[in-house]
Amino acid sequence: MSAPCTALNVAPNMADPDAFYDMLIGAHHDLSDEQGRMLNAQLILLLSNHIGDLAVLREAFAIARANVQA
Amino acid sequence: MDTDYQGLAFGYAPVDLHAAPARHPVVVVGAGPVGLATAIDLAQQGVPVLLLDDDNKLSAGSRAICFAKRTLEIFDRLGCGERIADKGVRWNVGRIFNGADEVYSFDLLPEGGHRRPAFVNLQQYYVEGYLHERAQALPNLEIRWRSKVTGVNQLADRVTVNVETPDGAYLLEADWLVAADGGKSAVRALMGLESKGRTFRDRFLIADVKMTAGFPAERWFWFDPPFHRGQSVLLHRQPDDVWRIDFQLGWDADPVAEKQPERVLPRIRALLGEDAQFTLEWVSIYTFCCLRMDAFRHGRVLFAGDAAHGVSPFGARGANSGVQDADNLAWKLRLVIEGKAPSALLDSYAREREQAADENILHSTRATDFITPKSEASRLFRDAVLQLARAQPFARKLVNSGRLSTPSTYLGSPLNSEDADVFGGALCPGAPAADAPVAVDGRPDWLLAQTGNAFTAIYFAGAEEDATVMRELEALAGAPIAVRPLVLAAAGQGSPGMLEDSAGLAAARYDARPGTCYLLRPDQHVCARWRRFDAAAVRAALARASANDSANDSATAADRQALPDLEHA
Repeated sequence: MSAPCTALNVAPNMADPDAFYDMLIGAHHDLSDEQGRMLNAQLILLLSNHIGDLAVLREAFAIARANVQA
Repeated sequence: MDTDYQGLAFGYAPVDLHAAPARHPVVVVGAGPVGLATAIDLAQQGVPVLLLDDDNKLSAGSRAICFAKRTLEIFDRLGCGERIADKGVRWNVGRIFNGADEVYSFDLLPEGGHRRPAFVNLQQYYVEGYLHERAQALPNLEIRWRSKVTGVNQLADRVTVNVETPDGAYLLEADWLVAADGGKSAVRALMGLESKGRTFRDRFLIADVKMTAGFPAERWFWFDPPFHRGQSVLLHRQPDDVWRIDFQLGWDADPVAEKQPERVLPRIRALLGEDAQFTLEWVSIYTFCCLRMDAFRHGRVLFAGDAAHGVSPFGARGANSGVQDADNLAWKLRLVIEGKAPSALLDSYAREREQAADENILHSTRATDFITPKSEASRLFRDAVLQLARAQPFARKLVNSGRLSTPSTYLGSPLNSEDADVFGGALCPGAPAADAPVAVDGRPDWLLAQTGNAFTAIYFAGAEEDATVMRELEALAGAPIAVRPLVLAAAGQGSPGMLEDSAGLAAARYDARPGTCYLLRPDQHVCARWRRFDAAAVRAALARASANDSANDSATAADRQALPDLEHA
């Protein structure tokens, strides 16, 4: 069976995943919940623009939404 | 001195209530911008029109104030573009503020070489006033004021219309009925039809104030300004020192109390400053919905403008799209009435303008969701975009204070002949033709001004076969559906009877080379184009664009039989 044709890379893609995770949590350090939500929103916008491809983003949105609704 | 168009009250001319019902080729209901444009368009193309309106006045209040380039080009074709463009305030710059800070500005200033600007702002009563004066100059256009439609009955070969006047009721007959009677369309209701969609739970206050202010002629839009916290405000300039201020009030606002000067004046002073000198011209509270009818054609009844579709005001897509409906409909009705096209051509009106309405509703809904976020997540992302937009160019593209009206391209329309040759640029079949400066007999003029009302073939001269093409173009000009020939030569290369592409912009915008030919519909939309002129191909494209091609053969035969006897008209 061939792999499904996917544009979103969900295979490991980071040289140092632990450093990334540390950075993500660190970015929220000392922020109020409200500031944290705003930071996340701005990160989504910045990274989405970097990716640019709506098909890739649509896949990512679908995975996250399906998990939330599961 | 300008006429006080809002103050005009038109006379009611009594009709003989007991005469046998008169038969009209076309009756248009509603003398707003869309009904007037439809009636003028038909009348100037030679179709007698009766225009009915239940009132005897033009627009009260400024209402639609932003008229887009394409609409101005249509008004040019209708013979009143110059007045509207001259009186209107031209503007190109829009500024977006978040809180007290400017987030960014944009410039709609189009490239040079177009007759009309991106937008002019002009009170609706001026537009209606100028259209009305144009209508009065047309002998085959009759307007009956204070004539309310109270019944519509569709028969196989005609529509009967009950009309109520101050003197009593009478019946008339029409081969075709155009309902341009607004968002609360009486014709729509009488036929048991609906316009469906989404209502937005928000209220807005429009205040037109007269003042000599130092604001430039720009569109200013505030999200969450210090003088009106948590809501949006829009400021726009109109002629006669009138400024439109549009305050978002929220759903809980009391629509009656908020119209009172003691509530309105403090809001305006908060924006302009305590010492500002101004007078209130007009105040209105509005809500809006994005909706449309499932079908714009119901047999012999055609719906246009707000009667057929509604949008939010953000983006100026209401009146502009309504005038574009008229532009699309008039020539098709004319060909059907003249017996030169089957009534299937009117299905293309419905299809093309339903598609345009969907496009307008989509833009309008997206802008409304950005301006008035309806969930916490939606507000969070809106605010995140606005924060980012100050320094990040990408986020400015996401700020949506209304995507301003642009004309629809009728992609996939059955009237288009799809490209067989390779072309670059935006002027694919279905697109509105682009303007360009041209020289006519050595005098500067505009390309679009040479087109419209009839099918037009634009041939770019300079090819070896020019002489043959000219002869074949002449033959096309004499066809039952005439094609107006337009031969465009490079600057300095023209022979008598040719236009010159004075700045080379026509060739650039049409991606044309010597020998290229475009076929434009009477509404100036491209329906076909070729790298080499071929009379047979032009005839085939003309047949297709008038629904006379083989796909419509059966409809044609059936239709011709059912065509009403126009001698009664």
